[in-house]
Amino acid sequence: MAKSIKIRAKLKGDTTEVKCLMTHPMETGLRKDSKTGKLVPAHFINEVTAESGGNTVMTANWSGGISKNPYLSFSFKGGNKGDEVKISWSDNQGGSDSETATIS
Amino acid sequence: MTMNIKRRVFLKGSLAAGTVGVAVGAGLLAPQAVVAAWNEKAFQAKSIDDALSAAMGTASNVASDAIKIKAPDIAENGAVVPVSVAADIEGVESIALLAEGNASPLVATFTLGAGAIPDVSTRIKMGKTSDVIAIVKAGGKLHSARKSVKVTIGGCGG
Repeated sequence: MAKSIKIRAKLKGDTTEVKCLMTHPMETGLRKDSKTGKLVPAHFINEVTAESGGNTVMTANWSGGISKNPYLSFSFKGGNKGDEVKISWSDNQGGSDSETATIS
Repeated sequence: MTMNIKRRVFLKGSLAAGTVGVAVGAGLLAPQAVVAAWNEKAFQAKSIDDALSAAMGTASNVASDAIKIKAPDIAENGAVVPVSVAADIEGVESIALLAEGNASPLVATFTLGAGAIPDVSTRIKMGKTSDVIAIVKAGGKLHSARKSVKVTIGGCGG
């Protein structure tokens, strides 16, 4: 799969600010296809994990109520320049992806 | 690590089609007993109290000024409503984000790990004008804050 995650991780003082954008349709399962009139099956990211320096910094659980092509930002303390931040997601249809960025 | 990911994928895949999914759909089985990763009961709950009980273990919460929700007063497009939640509370364990007017109000939960600061931003869908509710769990207690967002075009069901 083409890379579906873009990550920016920036160190400000002692806080690392991470912003990421994922590419995903985030279907709730409630929307109807305008051509066929049938419901579009639910397809959304339900788990996002952020790791840095061997620790899990944050785990997010989502529903289809998150917008298409989700954006997520969060901050944590304890990161250093050059450390890696890894973001992984998995969706309700068994898809998953992960991407690593370096803190700058 | 690779093994773990594969296992997760397998679990999720089998859940979608298997009998587990049926049992969950019928509301017979608490899904966290089967797959700990995603709290289906909480996310499918139709009321805020049900969602909170399933996600956080309790629905009772106290309104707190220490939580700041940043969201537009008027969202032109309900499909993309930027929301930030920041909490000035010690020892935050997790943050839940709910849109009161949505069919399933619970939109997201964030579990904070090592060193994480209780300050998260994302973009959510809102079906209609309602309150965005942030629930912050700290020290086993729930703190809440809400902000009204007026939606001009609904974002659910397109």
